[in-house]
Amino acid sequence: MKILVCISQAPDTTSRIAFTDGGKTFDSTGVQYIVNPYDEWYALVRGIELKEAHGGTVTTITVGGAVCDPVIRKALAIGADDAVRVDAEPTDAMQTAELIASYAKNQAFDLILCGKETIDHNGSLVPAMVAEMLDWPFIALATHLEVEGIEASLKRESAGGTEHVKVNLPLVLSASKGMAEQRIPNMRGIMSARSKPLNVEQGEAAAMSSVRQFSLPPEKGACKIIPADQAEELIRLLREEAKAI
Amino acid sequence: MSVLAIVSLKNGQPTKGGLEAASYAAAYAQAQGVEAVALVAGPMQSDGGLGATGIVRVLHCATELSDSSQWARLADAASKECGASGVVLTHDHTGRAIGPRLAVRLQAGMVSGVTELPNAGAVRKNVFSGKAMADVEVSSNTVVYSVTPNAFGVRDGGGTAEVSAFSAEVGEARERVTGFDPASADGQTPLPEADLVVSAGRGLKGPENWGIVEDLAKALGATTACSRPVSDIGWRPHHEHVGQTGITIRPNLYIAAGISGAIQHLAGVNQSKVIVVINTDPEAPFFKAADYGIVGDAFEVLPRLTAAVKALDA
Ligand SMILES: Cc1cc2nc3c(=O)[nH]c(=O)nc-3n(C[C@H](O)[C@H](O)[C@H](O)COP(=O)(O)OP(=O)(O)OC[C@H]3O[C@@H](n4cnc5c(N)ncnc54)[C@H](O)[C@@H]3O)c2cc1C
Repeated sequence: MKILVCISQAPDTTSRIAFTDGGKTFDSTGVQYIVNPYDEWYALVRGIELKEAHGGTVTTITVGGAVCDPVIRKALAIGADDAVRVDAEPTDAMQTAELIASYAKNQAFDLILCGKETIDHNGSLVPAMVAEMLDWPFIALATHLEVEGIEASLKRESAGGTEHVKVNLPLVLSASKGMAEQRIPNMRGIMSARSKPLNVEQGEAAAMSSVRQFSLPPEKGACKIIPADQAEELIRLLREEAKAI
Repeated sequence: MSVLAIVSLKNGQPTKGGLEAASYAAAYAQAQGVEAVALVAGPMQSDGGLGATGIVRVLHCATELSDSSQWARLADAASKECGASGVVLTHDHTGRAIGPRLAVRLQAGMVSGVTELPNAGAVRKNVFSGKAMADVEVSSNTVVYSVTPNAFGVRDGGGTAEVSAFSAEVGEARERVTGFDPASADGQTPLPEADLVVSAGRGLKGPENWGIVEDLAKALGATTACSRPVSDIGWRPHHEHVGQTGITIRPNLYIAAGISGAIQHLAGVNQSKVIVVINTDPEAPFFKAADYGIVGDAFEVLPRLTAAVKALDA
């Protein structure tokens, strides 16, 4: 099985979020970048598990500059065979998806696995866009994937529950929690990642949207503390003051 | 010209998220002085209440569709039929599967998870998992927006919409739905749509103690949620996990018991309108993000709250 996993970098989850340039640019000073958790924990690990069970290869693809190389090496250390970086600074999902789809088009992949969203832009757009560009089936928010021959059996989050779906390969999916368990790279993985191929490709595509301005949510006011033995008072406040219940 | 809402149905009725998308589309259409149209697929009684949200015309496809590619083709045909300059969906599984496919077909810029109407050519959405907001501009003539659940609300202005049958060539279904497991046996509102949420963390000490969490949720008519470690250890199902790497929610009320309030947890819940924190540790970081707090033992406080809620309604 030939598997492509889309990998994005994202600021570490403990990062202080701030902006410079009058709110136009994310302030990356002191920010540690990680592999976007949904891409790493769920999409990549499931790809590697499927390769271990059925044979084949796992390639990662990242759209971004050379600053992304450390997170790409991390993905290789976890167990991907090789990596592609499309050298571009994407502005939006359409552009990113176009670059990924153009690369994937002639490579005969069976599966393209993505995380459900990045934890910085929270777009959830690239996976289905890639599917449409390739005219492949797409499963959003997949929590389970098994492959037998050309048939994939999946579970996906849907309104009020989990839906079971079958689809023939090739297929694009966005992975959500439940798909796989996080894997910590071992020493051998980290050593071998250094010599695995990381191919840099060129590509061009147009963006259709851009961020004009970032801002931070307003600060919360002070917390009103209610004594533990007056829990009834909290319920009264929730009804009469906050009008929440 | 028009704005087109893509509305999902459940049991023959628009979902809450679908009504929110319709309400948003109607308000957006009104601001531009164009017609508000909705597209539905599957069995539905009369206008399904869409007229009350401000929708004027409903395009009704009688066939139920679950395949995102078929849906995108249907929506593509519908947006051409009504000359849509904007298409609005819900930012749930439908907005994540159909919206981006449709954007590609229409060659339209898409902004997902919008929380407000567009203003001066930009539309606001949450980024960094709720830690910041971004105003996004779209450069294409047509735009596709998906609306964050619970952000915009459902408009109820009375009125009925004219319903007309609609169909289009949508190609073959490639997804075959073979089963469905409901998230909860007792019909709780799905977490992303819930107005009231009762959530608990590692402070509850074990899955056998969740009865007191469920009792309060039941008394309030709330949906239950949990912190990440609780779902990781298997005390609670994965779909209850809220936070930066779980579900992002914005209910009217979020009650958190025995949750410390780590930054990754807060990211997913800090847009809740009212936050209540119950924690034995007065220094727990969650109190800084809370509106109301009780420094106390969840094992004592939760049953008291449940009794107080029951007394209110008695
Ligand atoms: C990359 C990454 C992503 C993450 N994503 C998420 C996420 O999406 N969601 C998430 O929740 N976490 C996430 N985490 C984990 C997060 O950092 C915290 O570890 C987690 O939220 C802590 O869960 P908790 O509050 O239940 O447990 P703890 O931090 O152990 O807190 C338990 C709390 O219960 C209190 N307590 C104990 N006994 C009682 C009692 N009897 N009554 C009342 N209170 C009591 C304690 O004082 C304490 O504050 C993520 C971490 C990483 C590194």
